[in-house]
Amino acid sequence: MVMHIVDRRLNPGSKSLENRQRFLRRAKALVQGAVKKSSQDRDIKDVLEGGEVTIPLDGMDEPRFRREGGTRDMVLPGNKKFVEGDWLQRPNQSGAKGSGAGEGDSEDAFRFVLSREEFVDLFLDDLELPDLAKRKLAETESEGIRRAGYATSGSPANISVSRTVSRALARRVALRRPRKDEIEALEAELAECDDETRRRELLTLLEALKAKVKRIPFIDPIDIRYRRFETVPKPVAQAVMFCLMDVSGSMSEHMKDLAKRFYMLLYVFLKRRYKHVEIVFIRHTDRAEEVDEDTFFHGPASGGTLVSSALVAMHDIVRTRFRPADWNIYAAQASDGDNMTSDSGVTGHLLTDKILPVCQFFAYLEVGEAANYTFDMPDSSLWTLYERLRNEGQPLSMRKVSERGEIFPVFQDLFKRRTSQERV
Amino acid sequence: MGSSGELLFDGADWDFPTLQRIHDACEQIARKELGLDVYPNQIEVITAEQMLDAYSSVGMPLFYKHWSFGKQFAFQEASYRKGLMGLAYEIVINSSPCISYLMEENTATMQTLVIAHAAFGHNHFFKNNYLFKQWTDADGILDYLEFAKGYIAVCEDRHGRETVERTLDAAHALMSHGVDRYPGKKTLDLRAEEKRAGERRQHEESVFNDLWRTVPNTKAKSKATLSAERRRALLGLPQENILYFLEKTAPRLAGWQRELIRIVRHIAQYFYPQGQTKVMNEGTATYVHYRIMSRLHQQGRITDGNFLEFLQSHTNVVFQPEFDDRRYSGFNPYALGFAMMQDIERIVKTPEDEDRDWFPDIAGKGDVEGVLRDIWSNYRDESFINQFLSPALIRRFRMFHLHDDPAESQGIKVDAIHDERGYRRVRRELARQYDVGFVDANIEVMDVDLDGDRRLMLRHTTVKGAQLNETDTRRVLQHLADLWSYDVALTELDGTDKVLKEYVVSPRAAAVAA
Repeated sequence: MVMHIVDRRLNPGSKSLENRQRFLRRAKALVQGAVKKSSQDRDIKDVLEGGEVTIPLDGMDEPRFRREGGTRDMVLPGNKKFVEGDWLQRPNQSGAKGSGAGEGDSEDAFRFVLSREEFVDLFLDDLELPDLAKRKLAETESEGIRRAGYATSGSPANISVSRTVSRALARRVALRRPRKDEIEALEAELAECDDETRRRELLTLLEALKAKVKRIPFIDPIDIRYRRFETVPKPVAQAVMFCLMDVSGSMSEHMKDLAKRFYMLLYVFLKRRYKHVEIVFIRHTDRAEEVDEDTFFHGPASGGTLVSSALVAMHDIVRTRFRPADWNIYAAQASDGDNMTSDSGVTGHLLTDKILPVCQFFAYLEVGEAANYTFDMPDSSLWTLYERLRNEGQPLSMRKVSERGEIFPVFQDLFKRRTSQERV
Repeated sequence: MGSSGELLFDGADWDFPTLQRIHDACEQIARKELGLDVYPNQIEVITAEQMLDAYSSVGMPLFYKHWSFGKQFAFQEASYRKGLMGLAYEIVINSSPCISYLMEENTATMQTLVIAHAAFGHNHFFKNNYLFKQWTDADGILDYLEFAKGYIAVCEDRHGRETVERTLDAAHALMSHGVDRYPGKKTLDLRAEEKRAGERRQHEESVFNDLWRTVPNTKAKSKATLSAERRRALLGLPQENILYFLEKTAPRLAGWQRELIRIVRHIAQYFYPQGQTKVMNEGTATYVHYRIMSRLHQQGRITDGNFLEFLQSHTNVVFQPEFDDRRYSGFNPYALGFAMMQDIERIVKTPEDEDRDWFPDIAGKGDVEGVLRDIWSNYRDESFINQFLSPALIRRFRMFHLHDDPAESQGIKVDAIHDERGYRRVRRELARQYDVGFVDANIEVMDVDLDGDRRLMLRHTTVKGAQLNETDTRRVLQHLADLWSYDVALTELDGTDKVLKEYVVSPRAAAVAA
C-alpha cells in the first residue's frame, strides 16, 4: 500500500498563537490585576520586565457536570497483605492519597509566562495622551514610500514591463525595424520565384533587412524603465512631557517612591507608545534644575520647597526649545503639596498666565503618607490653590495617592482613552 | 525493498528513505503475520513545538479557534518548560488516510516503535473496532473539521467573536452530555453532514414550529392542551443527549447557533469511542509494536543495541505502579491492555487447566492472531475486561477491591482479593470502572413546561449516592439556561425517586440566544 511521508517541520509554527491570544484577551482583566499587583511589589526598575504571572482560575474555568462523594468502589493493583474482610483506616480527609481515580483536576491557580511585549501591552492597554493635536513635519524622520514615476535605473525587481515594452515598440517603429511578417513574405516570394534577377534582388533586400533586424534590437537597454519610489515624510504629532518632581526635605522616602513609580509608568508609557515624545525631567527643591533620567530617578537631593521655581524652569525650557505652536505640551507634577505660603500667588499666576495656556494637559499628583489619617488632614496649600484654579475653569487634573496600590489605577484614570468631549 | 536480514538502519539517525524502509518492513509483518487490516498510512514529521500545538487542540491537525485551547497550550507549555511533562512520541488521528505524527527528535528506533505502534496498531483498531465503525467516519473527519473551522470563522465575522465564543463555551460545558450512547438509526456521514448543513438551516427557518406558537389562536383554544404524554413524545423526551435536544428544540437560538452546537456535538461523538476503548486501543497498539519489534530483531533487521533501546522505552510505557506507590494514578491503560493481550496469547497457545475452565472458547485454540483480531473488533474496555481478565492476571497484578461507604464508620472495606472467592468480583468491579454508564453522570432532559414559564426540567439519577459538585453544576446550568433562554431546573434523585437536591437557574440578561 502506498505510504506518504509529509515533512511538517517547516510549516508555520505557533498554530496555537491565535488561541493563546484569545486566551489572553479573555484573561485580560485577571492578568491586568496580576500585573498591577506584581508592579506594587517589585523594584521600580523591573516593574515592566514581564515574566511570570499567576492568575486565579476563577472565570477561566470550563465547568462540567462532575460527581463527588457517595459510595465508592475501586480496584487497585499491588495488594501486599490485605485479605477479604479487612478494614482499612480512611486516610485523613483532604490531600490524602488513595482516591485512586483521577477525578477533580482542579488547579487553583494558573501560572504562565508573559513575554515582555505581552506584559507591557496589557499593562498599558487603552492609555493615550489626551488632545494630541498639533501636527508638524518632523525634521528628519521620514516614513512611508509612494510611487513617483519612472527611472532609468533601479533594481531588476522594479522593472516596469509595460513601460519598457511600449518604449521599445516606439523605438522600433521610429527606426523602421523590419517586422517579422515582412521578412516572411519576402522569403515566401523568394521560394517561389524562378526569375534569376528578381531572385538576386530579393536576396539582397532580405539580407539588408536581416542585417537591420540585427542592428536594431527588440529591446534595447535604453528602453528599460524602472518604477520609482520615493520616501515621503509623514506628518507626526510631536509632544513633550514635562515631569516636575518635588524632592524637598518634606517628601518622605515613601512619597518619593510613589512619585517615582508614577513617573516610571509615565516614562514607559510614553517611550512605548509614542515615537516622537520628548521627556524633560525637572526636579526642584527651592530651586529647580533640569536633570537627566538617571538623576531624576536615582539622584538624592533635599532642601526647601518653592514650587514656582519648577514652573519657571519649565517655562524657560518651553520658550527656548519647544515652540507651543509646533509641540503638544504635557506636564505632570508630583509633590507632597507643601509650598511656601508666599509662593502661592506666584505659582498661581505662572500657571494661569504662562503654563496652562500652552499646555494640552496638566496633571497634578499629590503623594501622601501611607497612614490613613491623610483624609482627615486639611488640604495642603498646593492642593487648595490648584483646586481654586480648577474651579475657575483651568484645565487641571488632580489626584491624590498615598499607597503603592493606588498608583496604577490613578495613572490609568489619568491617561485613559477618552472621547474628545470628556475631560479628565 | 531490502530483503530480510538487512539492517533497516544503524545508530540513531534516520532520514525519509529510512522511514519508508521501516514502514515497509513493519507493514510486511503486520499484514502477513498479524493479519492486520489498516487504512493507508500518512506519516508526518513534526517538531516539539508543533507537538505541543497539536496537544492543545485535542490532537487534531486542524481545529477551530477557541480560547480554551490557548489556555490548554499555556498550561502545557509551562509544565513542559519546567520539565514536569514529557511529550508523547506520537499522536495518531482516526482518519483515512490514518495520520501519525512523529517527533523529529525521536531516534530511528523510536520511529520504528512509533510506526509499529500507531501506524499499524492503532490504525488497525480504528478501522476494525465496532465502536469506531459505528460512531466515527474516518473518511470524513478531516473535511468536517475543515468545514467546522471555516464555518466558525465565518460566524465570528458575521456575528461577532464574543457571541460565538459564548455559544461555544456553553456548548463545551455540555459536551460530555452531547453524545448518543446507543446506536441510532444511521451511522455518521460527515461529508453529507457538511453539505446538508446549509440546506437544513434554510429549511428549518422556513418551517413554522407549532410547538412554540405564541400568538393566541382562537380556533385552537377550544381544543384541550396537549397532553403531557403527547408533548413529551413530540419533543422526544426523555432525552439524555442534552446538546441534541437544545439544537432541535431550544426556542430562541439562531440558525448558526444550532449549527455550532451540532459541530460540538459531532466532535464529542467522534471522541466518544476513544474514551470507551483506552485500555483496548493502547493494549492493541502496544501488543502490535511489541510483536513487530521482536520480529524485526529476530530477522536481524535491527541491532541488539537498538532492540535494547526499544525494550527500555517499552518497559517504561507498560510500567504499572502499585497502589501505595507515589506515582500511582490509576491503572495504566498501556500496562493493563498489553498484559491482557499477552495473557490471551498465552491462553490460546499454552493454557493451564484453570484457563480451560474460565475460557473454554479460546483456550488452546492455537490461532492467536485470529482470536485477538476478533476481540479487537468486537469489544470495548468494559466488556473486554469483563470477559477476558483472567485469574492468572489478577494474581499477577495482585488486584484487590475496596468498598468505601461513607456511612460505614469502621473504614474502608477490603471486599475481594486475588483468591478463588474474589476473582469474579474483582473482575466485575474493574470492568464497571470502565463502563461509560457509570463514568458520566446520568442526566436527562425530562420535560418542558410549555403551558407555563417554559422551564426546562432535567433529572440526575444518582448512582451509589454520588451527587453533582455544586459550584460546577451551577455554572454548567447557567450555560444551559443561556442557551435555553428560560429557566432551567435540575433535580437530583436517588434510586427510590427521593429528591436529594434541586437547582433552578435563570438565563443571564445578556443571554446567548437573541
